[in-house]
Amino acid sequence: MTVADSCGDTIAVAASLRSRPALDVVWAALATVPDPEIPVISIVELGIVRSVSWEGPQLVVKVTPTYSGCPATEMINTLIRETLSVLGVTDVVLVNQLSPAWSSDWIAPEAKSRLRAFGIAPPHVTGGRVDVSGISPLRRASVVVPCPRCASENTQLLSQFGSTACKAQYRCLDCREPFDYFKPH
Amino acid sequence: MTTPNASMSAAGPPQGANSSPSGGSAAAFVSLAASVGVLFDYLLRLGDTDVVLAQRLGEWVGHGPVLEEDIALANVGLDLLGQGRMWLSYAGEVETRLHGKGRTEDQLAFLRDGGAFRNLQLAEMPNGDFAATMARQFYFDQFHLPLLRALTQSTDPRVAEIAAKSAKEVTYHVERSVDWVIRLGDGTDESHARMQRALDDLWMYTGEMFTADAAELALAAAGVGVDARALREPWLASVGAVLDEATLTLPNGEWMQGGNARGGKQGVHTEHLGHLLTEMQFLQRAYPGAQW
Repeated sequence: MTVADSCGDTIAVAASLRSRPALDVVWAALATVPDPEIPVISIVELGIVRSVSWEGPQLVVKVTPTYSGCPATEMINTLIRETLSVLGVTDVVLVNQLSPAWSSDWIAPEAKSRLRAFGIAPPHVTGGRVDVSGISPLRRASVVVPCPRCASENTQLLSQFGSTACKAQYRCLDCREPFDYFKPH
Repeated sequence: MTTPNASMSAAGPPQGANSSPSGGSAAAFVSLAASVGVLFDYLLRLGDTDVVLAQRLGEWVGHGPVLEEDIALANVGLDLLGQGRMWLSYAGEVETRLHGKGRTEDQLAFLRDGGAFRNLQLAEMPNGDFAATMARQFYFDQFHLPLLRALTQSTDPRVAEIAAKSAKEVTYHVERSVDWVIRLGDGTDESHARMQRALDDLWMYTGEMFTADAAELALAAAGVGVDARALREPWLASVGAVLDEATLTLPNGEWMQGGNARGGKQGVHTEHLGHLLTEMQFLQRAYPGAQW
């Protein structure tokens, strides 16, 4: 610490140019950042880190929110900065990228099985939503969401809005456990 | 052409730059300033409606009829708050283009008085009972989603991307309010009566959604905004279909609040908005600049 403090600006600049980790190293580091609400998957697997690139000495990280009101967004930004600072990268520009809008289809396939093990039913592919009903198109038939605990398909929607904006609440009518369903989005 | 932005904010910029285009050597500049001023006002209309309705929904937290609904109301409010932030942030950037110094989303939300808010009057209506809250949401959602879908085609790329992001979230709002209107309408005698009364009471505030003043028409002509008048017929059809299914009756009163370009979008509000703002803005007014 004291040694570093005694160093001049020239050395600091030289050090910063020398310590520009390769982008695959940056990606690997970001892949260790857990989602604050769903810690079994990383922010990279969640699909919210859209790109990383060097612009001179600055690392530009483009991040897209899952839901516009997601309260975890600022926490995620903080975690990204902390993780990159461990790599020695402190000159980070975080860009909030809105387009294309995030989709749950971007969640990595291997992350979906971890979601299930964590007790969250993973999202269906958005193209596969069922919207057919014998009664009326206004009374939607719900998709079958298997219970993440006992795999029963005998489950019931409690509310479209669950513990976070991205999840719905279900219950299993066989094992009687309530569970979250990551909504297709 | 536009109503002046009567800001009471200490941090607010000077007003009056968005006066009508006039002749003279500065005509081109004035015209540009006017069009940017119109966009600023339009973004406030979009953002304020979201923020005010989000605040209303937030009032339910801890008071929902059941836990799941308490959480759902908060979630819908949170989506709208996120969307409102995007619109108001952009409004602040547009204001910078206009005056050289714009306000932040927080300054716009917390430091303007009621007369400077541009939200639809429907959004500021009190929560009432659960039926009134769902009727307000249903009327608005049925308008909001087609509006956002149309705005995804905006020639302003920022407007288009905010709309695209928001439309995905609002799709769930639409499903939920339709579900509740049908469940309550086609429910017990009590729930049916309350749902019908709520629909009747709020009906006079729906007309404003489909008004377009000169400012909105100018933006629509430029491909930036939407001529909301065109959304009325599809809205009547979809609302009518849901109410049929719910065994409810479409209200037919013709008189509407906020007509003649004197509604929430022009800064004319009901007595309810001021009370809402005193609560929403209290902290920043009492402790200016306080941070979380």
